[in-house]
Amino acid sequence: MTDRLLTVDNLQVSFHTRDGENKAVRGVSFHIDKGETIGIVGESGSGKSVTAKAIMALIPPPGEIIGGDIRFDGESIRKLSEKQWRSIRGNRIAMVFQDPMTSLNPVKKIGDQMTEIIRRHRHLGQAEALKEAIEMLRQVGIPEPERRVRQYPHEFSGGMRQRVMIAMALSCQPELLIADEPTTALDVTIQAQILDLLQELKAKTSASIALITHDLGVVAQVCSRVIVMYGGMIMEEGTVEDIFYRPKHPYTQGLLRSLPERKAGSRERLVPIEGTPPDLLDPPPGCPFQERCPHAMPKCAQLPPHFKVGEGHRSMCWLNDDEAKGGAGNGGQ
Amino acid sequence: MADNNVLVDVQGLKKHFVKSRDVWGRANGWLKAVDGVSFQIRRGETFGLVGESGSGKSTVGRCILRLYDYTEGSVRFEGQDLTKLGEKGLKPYRRRIQSIFQDPYSSLNPGMSVLDLIGEPMNIHGLYPKSDDRKEAVSALLEKVGLKREHLNRYPHEFSGGQRQRISIARALSVKPDFVVCDEPISALDVSVQAQVVNMLEDLQAEFGLTYLFIAHDLSMVRHISDRIGVMYRGRLVEVAESDELYENPLHPYTQALLSAIPIPDPHAVRERVVFKPDPESLERAVLKEVSPGHWVAVS
Ligand SMILES: Nc1ncnc2c1ncn2[C@@H]1O[C@H](COP(=O)(O)OP(=O)(O)OP(=O)(O)O)[C@@H](O)[C@H]1O
Ligand SMILES: Nc1ncnc2c1ncn2[C@@H]1O[C@H](COP(=O)(O)OP(=O)(O)O)[C@@H](O)[C@H]1O
Ligand code: SF4
Ligand SMILES: [Mg+2]
Ligand SMILES: [Mg+2]
Repeated sequence: MTDRLLTVDNLQVSFHTRDGENKAVRGVSFHIDKGETIGIVGESGSGKSVTAKAIMALIPPPGEIIGGDIRFDGESIRKLSEKQWRSIRGNRIAMVFQDPMTSLNPVKKIGDQMTEIIRRHRHLGQAEALKEAIEMLRQVGIPEPERRVRQYPHEFSGGMRQRVMIAMALSCQPELLIADEPTTALDVTIQAQILDLLQELKAKTSASIALITHDLGVVAQVCSRVIVMYGGMIMEEGTVEDIFYRPKHPYTQGLLRSLPERKAGSRERLVPIEGTPPDLLDPPPGCPFQERCPHAMPKCAQLPPHFKVGEGHRSMCWLNDDEAKGGAGNGGQ
Repeated sequence: MADNNVLVDVQGLKKHFVKSRDVWGRANGWLKAVDGVSFQIRRGETFGLVGESGSGKSTVGRCILRLYDYTEGSVRFEGQDLTKLGEKGLKPYRRRIQSIFQDPYSSLNPGMSVLDLIGEPMNIHGLYPKSDDRKEAVSALLEKVGLKREHLNRYPHEFSGGQRQRISIARALSVKPDFVVCDEPISALDVSVQAQVVNMLEDLQAEFGLTYLFIAHDLSMVRHISDRIGVMYRGRLVEVAESDELYENPLHPYTQALLSAIPIPDPHAVRERVVFKPDPESLERAVLKEVSPGHWVAVS
């Protein structure tokens, strides 16, 4: 099944700040097929949220998409008007944000916020919409939803607010759900519930999910394909097995190696990636990872292209030059 | 208990916060954040504290730091009951017990340079009265935590999250503590930087013979760094055991549920989730019992 739902082609996003141009996303290309769950992982500041917001046409000023194209269900959505966007956003593409408090109205009851959205998108009556809202809250594990719909956001804990956001996003049965760190602020037990919920959604509908997270465990558990970002670019892309069992890029390898072992008596020293991420105001020319890469060589001062290292597996690293049998893949302009 | 190996001895600790008041302003509803917790931390070890958010981990840490007056119970440090001491008597302990908190952004005063941030506690406790000596000591500490002398006159906003956490660690260590309460010290950091900070905490522990209370969310990192771990649930300890024993052989149903929810970074890992159904009455009645040497479980 290779029914393409979303194609992001050489996306470039910059923030024009007082200190200069912050090149948050520097030429990112990937796709999402119908029904698949992709994971987007990477350092904080690597451009994950900005990529997601660009897809939703929600880049705030002084930010701007300065290049590339985004196609949804075959059509370019990059230059749609705000009016055209209203029929897509929340309806066909929904997003759960990293900070739930900023996307809930603090002076409006949870139930009212939910029914408003459900009525707008699903054309239901008030009573039916409220019933639906209560059902959604129950599904995301909120106890006593009949009572909870009459409460305000501040009466919910952070984890419950995040679940409300997820319930709201799902209530419109979107074709694509973009979830930005939806479980990062939650306890592992609640996180597990939410991940189950996403899995169920996938089983029941043909919705596609883009899950942004920095937790490699979460990715391994729910994603079929993974995109690894660093310094505003994609370092590696592959199936979840490619990334966890056959990582080709030194950054991916370093990330996996820095995790503690999970067996008894494993108090050996951890193996971190030394150094700090690059400054995107003045990124070094060439490979964004070179300052921290244990394999860096003179050639790395030039930007490597993406090399195809397997079927659907690509890596943006000069080390993969020889291995790349099928020649250079796309990207890395 | 006159065990010389015990550095911190927490007995029957309770901390209740006022939840509501009647019309006369008298407390009539209580939130039992910590409700009868006992454990001991041995000299030189790392004791991990895990549990869901709101279970009372930070409150235990804050009671040990004497940031809170507790409702009941005692905290002894080298046998000395800290409850019994006034501010004056506490002063040496305020030096010997230090803390590192989660948020490397808000826990450092943005208006202070690195030199002042690390030098201030030394000044308060009368270490290195001469400013040249102090500057030298601060520089040496900076190098210990992987920063440079050149950073002395910079301000917190000029550093990344991981570097700020290093500054917090240097600040905590500036007064030569024996015991450090680390409350989620790596939670706000990138995966690639967490390992750097954990390694550094381990190196400093070996070099200075430090004892840690390590409070954390990330259960795989807690296993790595801790010698023993306590599991908290709703203000109580439900299980205490050596790290490997706890992970290989969890006995309390809450511990089992918690561990089974950890996402494993292996796509082929087989997972069997355990769901915990709390029974408030039996939780209330339960007491910690040693079921095998060093392995304690709450049973009712
Ligand atoms: N509103 C904004 N104004 C200026 N710069 C911004 C803005 N939003 C994001 N950026 C910058 O864009 C870059 C990428 O940010 P983004 O939030 O996408 O990263 P991320 O990978 O999602 O990070 P995190 O995991 O910390 O949320 C960063 O350098 C960030 O400082
Ligand atoms: N200063 C305070 N006033 C009132 N309630 C508090 C205070 N500090 C903590 N609590 C409450 O005590 C409980 C335990 O909190 P805490 O120790 O912060 O848990 P954890 O660190 O495990 O998340 C929570 O219900 C919390 O809301
Ligand atoms: S291109 Fe060079 S610096 Fe970049 S990851 Fe590969 S080896 Fe390292
Ligand atoms: Mg983000
Ligand atoms: Mg806490």
